[in-house]
Amino acid sequence: MKPGKEVIVVGGGLAGLSACMKLAENGCTVKLISVTKVKRSHSVCAQGGINAAMNLKNEDDSPLIHAYDTIKGGDFLADQPPVLEMCLAAPGIIRMMERLGCPFSRTPEGNMDFRRFGGTLYHRTAFCGSSTGQQLLYALDEQVRRYEVKGKVEKYEHHEFMRLVLDQGGVARGIVMINLHNLQLEVLKADAVLFGTGGPGLIFKKSTNSTFCTGAANGRLFKQGMKYANGEFIQIHPTAIPAEDKLRLISESSRGEGGRIWVYGDENKTILTSEGKEIPCGRKGEPWYFFEEMYPVFGNLVPRDIAAREILRICEMGLGVDGKDQVYLDVSHLDAAVQNKIASVLDIYEKFTGEDPRKVPMRIYPAVHYSMGGAWVDWPAADDKDRFERFRQMTNIAGCFQAGESEFQYHGANRLGANSLLSCIFAGLVAGNEIPRYLEKLASRGSELPLKVFSSALAEEEASKLELLQRTGPENIHNLHEELSKVMVQHVTVKRNNKDLKKAIEKILEIKERVKKISLDDKGALVNQTFQFASQFGPMLELAHAIAKGALLRDEFRGAHYKPEFPSRNDRQWLKTTIAAYEGSGPVITYLPVDTRHLAPIPRDYTSVKKVKPTLENIPKNIELPV
Amino acid sequence: MEKGDKVEERFTLKIFRGTEKDQYWEEFDLALTPFLNVTSSLLQVQKNPVNKDGKKVTPVAWEQGCLEEVCGSCTMLVNGRPRQGCTALIGEILKKSGSRVLTLAPMTKFPLVKDLVVDRDSMFESLKKVEAWVDVDDSFDRGTGPKRNPSVEDVRYTLSTCMTCGCCLEACPQINKHTKFMGAAAISQVRLFNADATGKLGAEKRLRSLMEEDGIAKCGNAQNCVAVCPKNIPLTESIALMQKETNKQALKDLFKTPDA
Repeated sequence: MKPGKEVIVVGGGLAGLSACMKLAENGCTVKLISVTKVKRSHSVCAQGGINAAMNLKNEDDSPLIHAYDTIKGGDFLADQPPVLEMCLAAPGIIRMMERLGCPFSRTPEGNMDFRRFGGTLYHRTAFCGSSTGQQLLYALDEQVRRYEVKGKVEKYEHHEFMRLVLDQGGVARGIVMINLHNLQLEVLKADAVLFGTGGPGLIFKKSTNSTFCTGAANGRLFKQGMKYANGEFIQIHPTAIPAEDKLRLISESSRGEGGRIWVYGDENKTILTSEGKEIPCGRKGEPWYFFEEMYPVFGNLVPRDIAAREILRICEMGLGVDGKDQVYLDVSHLDAAVQNKIASVLDIYEKFTGEDPRKVPMRIYPAVHYSMGGAWVDWPAADDKDRFERFRQMTNIAGCFQAGESEFQYHGANRLGANSLLSCIFAGLVAGNEIPRYLEKLASRGSELPLKVFSSALAEEEASKLELLQRTGPENIHNLHEELSKVMVQHVTVKRNNKDLKKAIEKILEIKERVKKISLDDKGALVNQTFQFASQFGPMLELAHAIAKGALLRDEFRGAHYKPEFPSRNDRQWLKTTIAAYEGSGPVITYLPVDTRHLAPIPRDYTSVKKVKPTLENIPKNIELPV
Repeated sequence: MEKGDKVEERFTLKIFRGTEKDQYWEEFDLALTPFLNVTSSLLQVQKNPVNKDGKKVTPVAWEQGCLEEVCGSCTMLVNGRPRQGCTALIGEILKKSGSRVLTLAPMTKFPLVKDLVVDRDSMFESLKKVEAWVDVDDSFDRGTGPKRNPSVEDVRYTLSTCMTCGCCLEACPQINKHTKFMGAAAISQVRLFNADATGKLGAEKRLRSLMEEDGIAKCGNAQNCVAVCPKNIPLTESIALMQKETNKQALKDLFKTPDA
């Protein structure tokens, strides 16, 4: 009997939904699991846009230049074949999303409009006002709802993934999930499982992420043997609103539309530029537009890792606004029509600070934003001999696929703005084609497996649920979270050093012990959010450990990983992908070579370099795009 | 107390909590910090669930997500008004109300799950009913689409920012135990998809879905929906337009003229 086409998709953001749509179109039946209504997924928070080199502004842009910018922006840590294909597919993805009804912003003539974003000199970013992620997500949500009505998709919202069901051969055959409204555990069988569960921002507690973004699904998979790659590469977004509960993002598009960053200058202070020049820090009492002076070509639109570091440096020099950790992001000089293009971002600022950014400059500071690292996934290139023996987007666990921020593939050591929405949709579509191909080759159906495979997974999960509910001791789960986030933010964000990273790991190990002595304030079954968080926290600790250990071992400066003790990129020793595997009680780190077949590493210069016509080598002639 | 020490400002968070058959008010005494919002105050309760009488209670359940008013999760009644808890700044509200007590309650037009959590499935069912999507043949790139009028797309964008939060349904007097009414959100989505270059091919079907029992005829023109919409979506304008369109459709259907 031929295997069926039953697929589980965990996570209903852009990656999960685009995969869902493609899978349904390819004749699969999909069970979609999400901790919330999929329409509320974190993708809605993406503001500024989605990159595609469609060259509608006549700048001689091309997908190859997009690939070049992305590879260079990622400081050469990304494997290049998937990046190349993503950039080639980008214009088609935009046109597909347009077909689905996504309301992209238009020029007066009715063409799609494009804006500039960081790390590029081209207008390459399509957008829907300043809630692009929301609009893309809604367009996919609508298509998935259409398939739901057709009976191709069945949703399990307010359910959380707890455990992968693996058969004796270690192949993924289903999941155990929990109903968050009543704590009932349930097994779902399937022939393949895809995860698009987003980033782990909540490990740092305060970030730009939604509260759904705990990273727990990846932590659970990691403990079950899934490899986690480049975890130490955490993007700090340069511009967020400082606050107590959440660091709300002020989109890069505010700078793409002409916003300028400044502080009051001080000619008695000097700063070293990346070219080695010592320049005065502006003049007392006058705005000092430090990005424009230090990076004359890219100005306020340098890549995010650079922008975040410079803002931190300016504040450490005592130049922050009112002596505090904050700088001005100013859009007050822009025309009302331009301000309107970023209205929803400005509205957020006004709602949470009471100040009108149309009239006064915004006060902003960097915040944890995105994980370049994530599940390791495979990518046989189009012209690799074994292209059709391996499966793209599949983790080291057969039958377990990943797409979106929860995997590591597209952004290397630093992600360029407006590339995340693209990578989510692209990877989702790729997975939506690779999974049916995997199913064709699968020898037996999940439903033919001995019942014991499923019942024992369920029993294990029942036991750990009971254990957690019955745990007693003096510790409070929320206090432990606070303690974890404190060391993670202090030692594992913009600036890292080995002494403090060791301290962070010691603290993580300490918390791993203390979490055994928590007692939950709610032991009931009905919407028990305390239980939910406590069950997420253990897996979060494992990811935190992998992130910190990867950072400790990597003795160089690359992209978002900045270690002043080792102030330059070291390709000879460190041009390699970090692979964390869970063994015994924590992460064991090994490395894989980076695939640089299209572009040999060059210095990452954003100071003097102008537009270039890059040559990418070894481009396969048989690339088939998923759109 | 030393001169110049600031007295810590405090307030009472009064929450209507419990389950369907057992709802009760519970009060918590909390510090009022600058820019404290409702979701943060609930996080404080979660961390230390001790009520005003000093009694340890179970933490209060609520939904939250983006915390920046774009996901719709944390919708609830704040001082009786439906809105998102994340953008509800407590200091500001107390100043306006002149009270030291802020009340939170679950929305009443949806089945209660627990405390502030309600089940908004019905809204998503309405989206199915009105076919709120573009009926495409497949999900491939089929080349450059038609040019689109920027002013139409601006309107579509505004309509498309609806996050299915439920404020408009909660405020609508026509939604009650005796009447079934899908509410403004779904009607406005019909306007959105009927204005899309491809979506308009399905316009007739969508209009007919509005003519069913729980449809547009149930609107009583109270205009509460538009007053509470956090995204300033012109909901009453959508309803008026769709009333006009459904009337035309009804006539067409009467004389059986196929759409040109």
